[in-house]
Amino acid sequence: MIEFLHENFRYLLSGISVGGQYALIAIGYTMVYGILRLINFAHGDVFMVAGLIMVYAIAGGLPMWLSIILVIVLTVVLGVAIERVAYKPLRSSPRMSVMISAIGVSYLLQNCALYFTGGLPRSYPAIPFLSKQITIWGATTKMVTLITPILTLVLVLALVFLINHTKIGMAMRAVAKDFETSQLMGIKINSVISFTFVIGCFLAAIGSLLYFSNYTTVVPTSGAMPGLKAFVAAVFGGIGSIPGAVIGAFIIGICENIIKAFGQSWTVFSDAFTFVLLIIILLVKPTGIFGEKATDKV
Amino acid sequence: MSETILKINDLKVNYGGIEAVKGISFDVPAGQIVTLIGANGAGKSSTLRAIAGLVKPSGGSIEFEGENITGLDPTSIVTKGITLVPEGRKIFPDLTVLENLKIGAYLRKDDLTDDLNWVYDLFPRLKERSWQEGGTLSGGEQQMLAVGRALMSRPKVIMMDEPSLGLAPIIVRGIFDIIKEINKRGVTVLLIEQNANMALKTAHIGYVLETGRLTMSGSGEELLANEQVKAAYLGT
Repeated sequence: MIEFLHENFRYLLSGISVGGQYALIAIGYTMVYGILRLINFAHGDVFMVAGLIMVYAIAGGLPMWLSIILVIVLTVVLGVAIERVAYKPLRSSPRMSVMISAIGVSYLLQNCALYFTGGLPRSYPAIPFLSKQITIWGATTKMVTLITPILTLVLVLALVFLINHTKIGMAMRAVAKDFETSQLMGIKINSVISFTFVIGCFLAAIGSLLYFSNYTTVVPTSGAMPGLKAFVAAVFGGIGSIPGAVIGAFIIGICENIIKAFGQSWTVFSDAFTFVLLIIILLVKPTGIFGEKATDKV
Repeated sequence: MSETILKINDLKVNYGGIEAVKGISFDVPAGQIVTLIGANGAGKSSTLRAIAGLVKPSGGSIEFEGENITGLDPTSIVTKGITLVPEGRKIFPDLTVLENLKIGAYLRKDDLTDDLNWVYDLFPRLKERSWQEGGTLSGGEQQMLAVGRALMSRPKVIMMDEPSLGLAPIIVRGIFDIIKEINKRGVTVLLIEQNANMALKTAHIGYVLETGRLTMSGSGEELLANEQVKAAYLGT
């Protein structure tokens, strides 16, 4: 057992790391769903754009620290702008309209990326600290593998604190339950929704720094697969629940990498696993691990 | 007679082409309890929702302390000192009782201790349960919480939409006692009720609303003694 674990330790490590990256994206899905009851299909693509911003910032000759700040700031601005332009005007429309709008934004971002990159894979700059090679228990990996789960947990704890113990967090919980009564309290609904997008995009930007340090190239569809898996993680954990999304993301990340340890012939099934899991959850427990009981927003 | 704090002028409210309020005018004098009574669908809730800024009136004006506040957003209305206790209480079920009270004071930046003590004083039950989630309270306790939450914004005018709805008679009496108590502290009350009997006994001034129009007005006692009101709303 120990032998097997030791031999395949690198798979477990990269599973935990990928899981952390999925978690950072999944929180964006689950928080937006919690407040707007909207699956923000554009979220994965915002994540991809964050990757491209880094590529172009470094290519433009900016120093590393400034590029990282730029990635975070521009990603947040992009997310809030998308909400203002594509979702806010549809606030009182049927939910289906907003969802279609989100799908539209997703394709818009992919196509803009295609235009700017010319469809060629852009190589992601090596962030010196994250790309350092290290060896843990015989497994050689990059520093980012170790940093990701730690950073993810720190950010998640900070977020949970924010939501449970601050005024804006209280407002977020109130708005998630009842728009109209929140308004009667004097809460500005639109500011709270924008703030939710700020957090979601901030975490996606951090996630992109970690994820692309591992995968090293960005293409216009780079956001699709991690976005989809993070979405599955959010559904698995119970969409709307932050701890659920994080746990779901780690489970998916670890499982899809552990599969690779069974040998070459299993590796091809690593993605399939995630989606089989999605189908099983939807059949067996559609509300996920921590999902709220199926009370629809009235 | 004290001066008018809230003046409603020819107010009209439309919902998708249906006129729920068809041009009503009435005054709310400062420091009084004013009640609007009327049957279901008479336009009582729509009137309060328009004053609170939840719906834009399609005509007419609302003046608060001499200032035109027609069509302002709910945040501005709360800031000016008007608050609404919504129909069905609408407390936040996953927030604790204390959080529910604090969120009532969302726009305030000053110290809340005095107001919290006052609310706990009015409703000792809420103090006992301050760490419980709002959703675990009984109907009557939830109504207390909804009123307490509204008081936390330190309102000049508190509007209440059917506070007695669905509550046991003994609790209803308690609610009306609280309304009088709040009023004694100088808060103007605008109350809408289907329980016309209790509402008119409590209120200084009453208005009768029928299918979007005001049909009668007078002091609480006058309306209680009125034959038409008796026949239509008091069932005596």
